[in-house]
Amino acid sequence: MSERVLLRYVGLPDQDDIERYLRRGGYDALRRALRELTPEQVVDLVDRSQLRGRGGAGFPTGRKWKFVPKDAPAKYLVVNADEGEPGTFKDRTLIEGDPHRLIEGMILTCYAVGIRHAFIYLRREFYLGYRKLERAIAQAYAHGFLGEQILGTDFSCDIVLHPGAGAYIAGEETALLESLEGKRAMPRLKPPYFPAVMGLYGRPTVLNNVETICCIPWIVQYGPEWWLAQGPPQLYSVSGHVARPGVVEAPLGTTARELIERAGGVRGGRRVKAFYPGGTSSRPLTAEHLDVPLAHEPLAQLGSMLGSAAVIVMDETTDMVKVIARVCEFYRDESCGKCTPCREGTVWVTQILDRILQGRGRMEDLDLLESIAKNMTGTCFCPLGESVPPSLRAGLEDFRDEFVAYIRGARTPVEMPVRIQEGVLAPGG
Amino acid sequence: MLSEAARQDILRIRSRYPVAQSALIPALLRAQEELGWVPPEAMAEVASLLGVPVETVAEVASFYSLIFTEPVGERVIQFCTNLSCMLNGAEEVLRHVEARLGIRPGQTTPDGRYTLKLAECLAACEEAPCMIVGTERYGNLTPQKVDRILLDTNGGV
Repeated sequence: MSERVLLRYVGLPDQDDIERYLRRGGYDALRRALRELTPEQVVDLVDRSQLRGRGGAGFPTGRKWKFVPKDAPAKYLVVNADEGEPGTFKDRTLIEGDPHRLIEGMILTCYAVGIRHAFIYLRREFYLGYRKLERAIAQAYAHGFLGEQILGTDFSCDIVLHPGAGAYIAGEETALLESLEGKRAMPRLKPPYFPAVMGLYGRPTVLNNVETICCIPWIVQYGPEWWLAQGPPQLYSVSGHVARPGVVEAPLGTTARELIERAGGVRGGRRVKAFYPGGTSSRPLTAEHLDVPLAHEPLAQLGSMLGSAAVIVMDETTDMVKVIARVCEFYRDESCGKCTPCREGTVWVTQILDRILQGRGRMEDLDLLESIAKNMTGTCFCPLGESVPPSLRAGLEDFRDEFVAYIRGARTPVEMPVRIQEGVLAPGG
Repeated sequence: MLSEAARQDILRIRSRYPVAQSALIPALLRAQEELGWVPPEAMAEVASLLGVPVETVAEVASFYSLIFTEPVGERVIQFCTNLSCMLNGAEEVLRHVEARLGIRPGQTTPDGRYTLKLAECLAACEEAPCMIVGTERYGNLTPQKVDRILLDTNGGV
C-alpha cells in the first residue's frame, strides 16, 4: 500500500498552525511555483496529473481551469466547502486537520489561472472549521503568502472566508454562486453559461471542491508522475455499519470490499446487503458489486457514480425500504422548489413510500414509483432532483421483495421519524 | 436595535466584497449572533447598512435553515437524522433527547434554554449519530452521553 498523501499530516496536533505546517514542508510548493514555474506550467502539471474534481461531478480540473478566458479583467476562485452530500465528511476532515493545505492550494490555483480574489464558501455547520480557517488565513497574510506582492513577486491574492447558512442545495455550484451573491441558493440554468465563463458577478469563475484544491500543492511539489504513482490518492468517506467508520485514503479504484476491510469490517461480523458508493445521490449497489473498482467509469457502467466517494455500508439486517424513504425525504426537504419535477416529484415519492411503510401500500404503487422516477430523470433543473431516481430504481429492481413484503403485510408497519411533524421547513433547508 | 459593534462589524464585512449584497448572509449571521434570532427590525437595519431592499433581506433570510426568523432558545440543537446516523441508532437517541427536554423537534424548552431542530447530514458520519449544540459538535451519541452533554452545556445545572 502506498504512503498516505492527503491525510499524511491530518490528525497531528498543531498541523493547523503555520509554523508546524512550514516545518513539514508547507508552502514549499507555492515557493517553487512562484520561483520556477509560469502560470501555464502550473496548469499543465495539474492537467497531466489527470486530477478530476472531488466534489461529485468528477470533471477534469486542468480542463476546467483552461476554460477560463485568459484576458478577462476580473475573475474569481470559489472553493466549494459546502460539504453536505449525505455520508461525506472528507472535506471537513481536511479543513479541520490541514487547513493551510487548502489555502496553499487556493493560492496556487489563483496563480495558475491569474486570479486576484478568492472565496471559500463554508457551510455554516462547520463551526470548528471556520475558526481554524479564519486563523490560518490570518497567519498566511502575516507571513506574506497572501495579500500584495506575494514573496516579492508581482502576484497578489486575497481570500475571503464566507459562511453559508444551512441549505444543501447551496452545494450545487451555480446555487452556491447565487448564495455567495447574497441571494436564495437557487440553481442557474446551464448550459449555455458555465461558471468558467459566467460565474460570480457574471465573471469567469473557477469553482473547485476542497479536496480537489488540497491535491494541488502535492501535484505542484512532486509532479504529475509521482502523483499518479501514488494511486492517485483518493479520499473515501466510509460510514454506516462498519466497525471503524472514517476517511480512508486509498488509490482511486479501490473496491468497496477493501475499503470496508480497512474500516474494520462490517460490524458484528454481519454480511453486506448494500452500499452507496458515492453518497446518497449515487445508485446504491448490492453485495455482488463489492469487488467493483470505485472509480468513475466502472461505476458509471453500473448506472451509479463515484460522486463524492462517500461509501455508506448497510448490513444484512437493513430495511432498504426505510433507507430509500429516508433518502427521498432528504431530497424533498432540501428541494429549493424552483422546478416542478423536483418540487412535486419528491413529495409524491415520499408520500407513496410512507404509505408503503405504514402498511397501506398497493402493488400499483410500485409502478407509480417507477413512473415518477422515469419522469424525474433528465427533467429536473439541477442534479438535486436527479438524485432521487437512482435510489428508487435500485429499490424497485434490487430490493423489490422488501417493498412487496410491506405491501402484502408480511412486515410490521413502521412510522418514519418525525421530520414531517417538525412543521414548516425553510425552503432551502 | 443592533449594537454599535455589530453595525461596525457588518460594515467591515461589507467592505470585503466587490458587491454589497454578498455580505447579506454573513451580516444576518452577525445580527443573529447578537440577538439570538433575526427579527424584522434587524432585517431592516441590515438592509439599510448594506443598501439592499428589505424585501430582499427577508426573502434571503427565510430561505436558509440556520437564519432564525423566529425566536429560538439559548442553544439550538441540530440533531442529524440522515442515513449514516439513522443506521447507527439516531432515532433512539432522538427519542431520548425529546424525553429529556420534554419537547419535540421545532420546539423550545419552556425555560428558553434549548431549541431542538432536526438537521440533515452534518458531515461527521464517522461519529454517527451526531448533533451540534450551539456551535459544538458531539458524536457517537448514546442516551447516557446525551445526558452528560445537556448537563454540561447547561453550565453544570
